[in-house]
Amino acid sequence: MTLLDHVPSEAQLRRSAYRRRQTVYSVLVAASSTAALGTLLVIAVTGAPGWDRVRRSFLDPEIARDALPTVLSGLWLNVRLLACCAVGALLLGLVIAVLRTLRGPVFFPVRALAAGYTYTFRGLPLIIVLYLLTLGVPGLRLQGMPPVLVLGGIALVLTYGGYLAEVFRAGIESVHSSQLAAARSLGLTYRQTMRHVVLPQAVRRVAPPLLNDVVALQKDVGLVSLAGPIDAVRAAQIATAQTFNYTPYVVAGVLFVLLAIPLIAVTDWVTLRAARRQSGG
Amino acid sequence: MALLRCRGLRKEFGGHAVLDHLDLTVAEHQVVALIGASGSGKSTLLRCVNLLEELDDGTIELDGEDISDPRVDPDRVRRRIGMVFQAYNLFPHLSVLDNITLAPRRVHRRGRAEAEAQARELLDRVGLGAKADAYPDRLSGGQQQRVAIVRALANSPRLMLLDEVTSALDPELVGEVLAMIRDLKADGMTMVLATHEMGFAREVADEVCFLDAGRVIESGPPEQVLGEPTQPRTRQFLRRIIEAGRL
Repeated sequence: MTLLDHVPSEAQLRRSAYRRRQTVYSVLVAASSTAALGTLLVIAVTGAPGWDRVRRSFLDPEIARDALPTVLSGLWLNVRLLACCAVGALLLGLVIAVLRTLRGPVFFPVRALAAGYTYTFRGLPLIIVLYLLTLGVPGLRLQGMPPVLVLGGIALVLTYGGYLAEVFRAGIESVHSSQLAAARSLGLTYRQTMRHVVLPQAVRRVAPPLLNDVVALQKDVGLVSLAGPIDAVRAAQIATAQTFNYTPYVVAGVLFVLLAIPLIAVTDWVTLRAARRQSGG
Repeated sequence: MALLRCRGLRKEFGGHAVLDHLDLTVAEHQVVALIGASGSGKSTLLRCVNLLEELDDGTIELDGEDISDPRVDPDRVRRRIGMVFQAYNLFPHLSVLDNITLAPRRVHRRGRAEAEAQARELLDRVGLGAKADAYPDRLSGGQQQRVAIVRALANSPRLMLLDEVTSALDPELVGEVLAMIRDLKADGMTMVLATHEMGFAREVADEVCFLDAGRVIESGPPEQVLGEPTQPRTRQFLRRIIEAGRL
């Protein structure tokens, strides 16, 4: 910061004037290159020989209007499922990550189970987990079987819990051992050290990759429709089958992007804040 | 009566003995300074006393109790010992006040109001009352280290272990931390401090121990060990320190 009564030197004035000219020039260059690229794209797409046909079968405004209500009601299922599965997977991931850090021979089976879980569910394709749970488990014909939607949600939580557990574990391991030494030297137990010193720092550090996985989960929740429930993509598929027009897919795609924007914005904001915090001070 | 008695301590790292049959006795209200080159075992000794490292041989007694017995609960032992580290090791996600009250609240189960009142009083006494709500990364190194000392004191320890607490500080910040240790001595705190500040060791220590290759080679009053050392290794070490302008 310069003091209020500071008079800039001749050289500083020249530098400032030069930087202002450079800024104006940069804006002009950016604007013209963007306009040139945009024009080129529009000409290339609309000038293509099959453009009219593609526009009719993918971008029909009337069909889009007709398909919107069913696709939207499908999307509502995605949103609800996402909210439940994200919370479930984050909790499961955190618990698994903490279990994997437990020491001592008593906890060997717990550690082994937790490690086995992350290996299995990170390796197993989500679709197979979904089929096993939504088709296989009801086949057992047990009493009080939860509905297919819940089973599908469990499949998503199990699969994403495996990924999130590894993200949490990376965060826990990134907390320097000197922090543990400081906490233990104060007489805190291992559990208190985890709860008050390690986990708060670990979670803050891995918040951006965690949210990134939630964004990925948002797209995968739609896969429960393989087992019957109608989500946005399935609704679009049904609408497409009725009209022989692909516009409903485009509608669903646009809605998914709109849904992702706030999540991605939050992720970027958290990442930026974490970066600032680390470099600041 | 000896508050701390270490006998025949041995600690190995990768087949190399960092502590090698080390003996050390510290009486109540006594200040013992550990000096010696890097790698001579000063930090390892302090970490072993605080049970942060597992011994490979020997016994440590605190208040007559064998704390090196594996059946002893280390958390219970550490509550009686305060430790301050070279790199401060404050918790970056907690404010100064929360750093200090964490152990009193979670370990000693004191109420928030009581713990905070005690923390504020301790901070006021060292002139950091205005920093209670700041986060560690907003403080200078000297301020951080003083907060770390206050954090250790908030547990009302019987013994303080100070591991090169001024080594990471800019020269002009060393004085404020040393002044605080001087006050602790005046209050009668028992302390073992590893240090490279020979002038300070001479001033504040009742006994200076020169460590070399994991053993106490020479110990006694500071005037004797620093002024008229009898062991050639001690003389050689002090000569190097003088050449580096640190005495």
